[in-house]
Amino acid sequence: MDRSVNLLDLALGFDEPSPLRGKVVLIEDCVETSGSFVLHQMMKRVLSPHSSDALIFLAFARPFSHYDRVLRKLGCNLSTQKTNNRLVFVDMLMMKCSDGDDNVSGVAKLFREIQGTVRKLGNVTNRNITVMVDDMSLLEIAATNSNSDHVLDFLHYCHTLTCESNCSLVTLNHEDIYSSMERPAYLLQMVCLADIVIKAEPLASGLANDVHGQLTVVNKGMISSKSGKGSSRNKLQNFQFRIKENGIEYFYPGCSRS
Amino acid sequence: MAAPNVRTSSFSRNISVVSSSPQIPGLKCGPNGTTFISTGIRDLDRILGGGYPLGSLVMVMEDPEAPHHMDLLRTFMSQGLVNSQPLLYASPSKDPRGFLGTLPNPGSSKEDKPIAPDLDQGESLRIAWQYRKYMENQKSSIDDYSNDFDMRKPLERQFLAGRPIDCVSLLDSSDLSVAQDHCATFLTKFPRNSSNIASIGRIAIQSFCSPLCEYSDKESEMLSFIRLLKSMLMVSNAVAIVTFPPSMLSPSSSTRLQHMADTLLSVKAIPDGDKELEKLLTGYKDINGFLNIHKVARINTQVPVILEAKTFSMSLKKRRFLALECLNQAPVDGSSGTSYGTSGSCSGSSKSGALDF
Repeated sequence: MDRSVNLLDLALGFDEPSPLRGKVVLIEDCVETSGSFVLHQMMKRVLSPHSSDALIFLAFARPFSHYDRVLRKLGCNLSTQKTNNRLVFVDMLMMKCSDGDDNVSGVAKLFREIQGTVRKLGNVTNRNITVMVDDMSLLEIAATNSNSDHVLDFLHYCHTLTCESNCSLVTLNHEDIYSSMERPAYLLQMVCLADIVIKAEPLASGLANDVHGQLTVVNKGMISSKSGKGSSRNKLQNFQFRIKENGIEYFYPGCSRS
Repeated sequence: MAAPNVRTSSFSRNISVVSSSPQIPGLKCGPNGTTFISTGIRDLDRILGGGYPLGSLVMVMEDPEAPHHMDLLRTFMSQGLVNSQPLLYASPSKDPRGFLGTLPNPGSSKEDKPIAPDLDQGESLRIAWQYRKYMENQKSSIDDYSNDFDMRKPLERQFLAGRPIDCVSLLDSSDLSVAQDHCATFLTKFPRNSSNIASIGRIAIQSFCSPLCEYSDKESEMLSFIRLLKSMLMVSNAVAIVTFPPSMLSPSSSTRLQHMADTLLSVKAIPDGDKELEKLLTGYKDINGFLNIHKVARINTQVPVILEAKTFSMSLKKRRFLALECLNQAPVDGSSGTSYGTSGSCSGSSKSGALDF
């Protein structure tokens, strides 16, 4: 077996080319355990040298320098990918939606930008384009000065991209924000639309040095066309992880190597 | 072995970047290209692995029954002033400048020891003597970076006079735009470019969501203020520490703030005269409160920092110097009330007696 394919890759189907084509992936995390490492790993997968896939990254949480350093340690040079036109990094840190009519256009403008980029990137044959949002909750803050429906609209538009242009949509959200309230419509929609939900949680037993937390992967609609064993994968998987600078170790509960 | 000066590998480290050690005092190089500034509490520096990294947002969750978040603010501000770093302070009081009068003065908790005994002990400790220069070197390098603060002595005038200190009252305005403008203009003075660091800014915001402020019912405005502050910090050489009372916010907004924090701390009061706790913890009488460390900043890395303990006791050494210690559980029978003893260092538990070794 290819050693670079780990448990999470298998759960997502990365043993076959472009498994996320037209799929929506939702990553959920909480204050104690950040799920950003899943994003890093998927970025690396999308930008792997064996494919020509492209990535549009909307950064709400961290600047480019952060991702550049993290991904370089994982063995992927973002600056090179940028010049190769495989990565479009959209810095959304200072995004502001002012009141009035501009407010409507803030998110709409962002979507049009994405749409334009997708068209521009899509002219390479057999290329799959992935749109990643590194923090939906910050998009929500940026866009909801008056109305939370803009986030829902944005999500719907992005979803049309997955059908129309066979894009993948990967979003990270913080689940615990909504645990004490009625979940907003956009979140329910997102969970409903998602083909794959990845949930990062801390261990119930507390922090440990050799196990940083556990992942639950729910893969809703995965039918493997080639091998025909897809039905067995249509299920919930649970494993633990340990994050390191140059990669992440995954193992089944109780099978930690250290 | 290969000659040390000849680099045969194609992987060569960019020496010029590495050797650009901080020219101005009060900085320490951290891992992954980060730079630390001191928290003003040596123990906290040590626990956090060096201090607060530049460009990070520190959030402190207040306890309505304990004022310990003020101590964190005070030491943070004093440390900046001692290192002559510009400061921006915002609070929901009518006269925020008055708070500067309560800042602690640097003092040395060890000063009275080394001066007198060192001289007469020098003769008797011959072996140790030759290492003394190393010890002194070490000491001076640390003093550049952080100080001990005498919580009972107000900061001397020389540290306050003529320093660029900007004080903002959060009461004056009906929305946060004034505070935001202050932060934005303050942070433009410390742009982050290349590896050269010219100066460092410190921002301290006290009781951010206090109900005294007019905007306290506009949670989305407060969240977007913190989001923009965080975004501005990421591209500047500054650290902001914001304390907020989580009980005054809706749980979801409070969680949002916690997510936005790079370093997340909380302070807790210690119940007075709690017999059970007194039996459980050694040095219960000296403990003023608890400090919880929920999140340690991870900038430029994906690896989380796992601390050996999350809860620390805050106490005043010699009634003057703030000290943080792991909770030391006194050996007791049974396992009742272990929720307090989250420390990993409680080795002397009576349970070990049951094992046959």
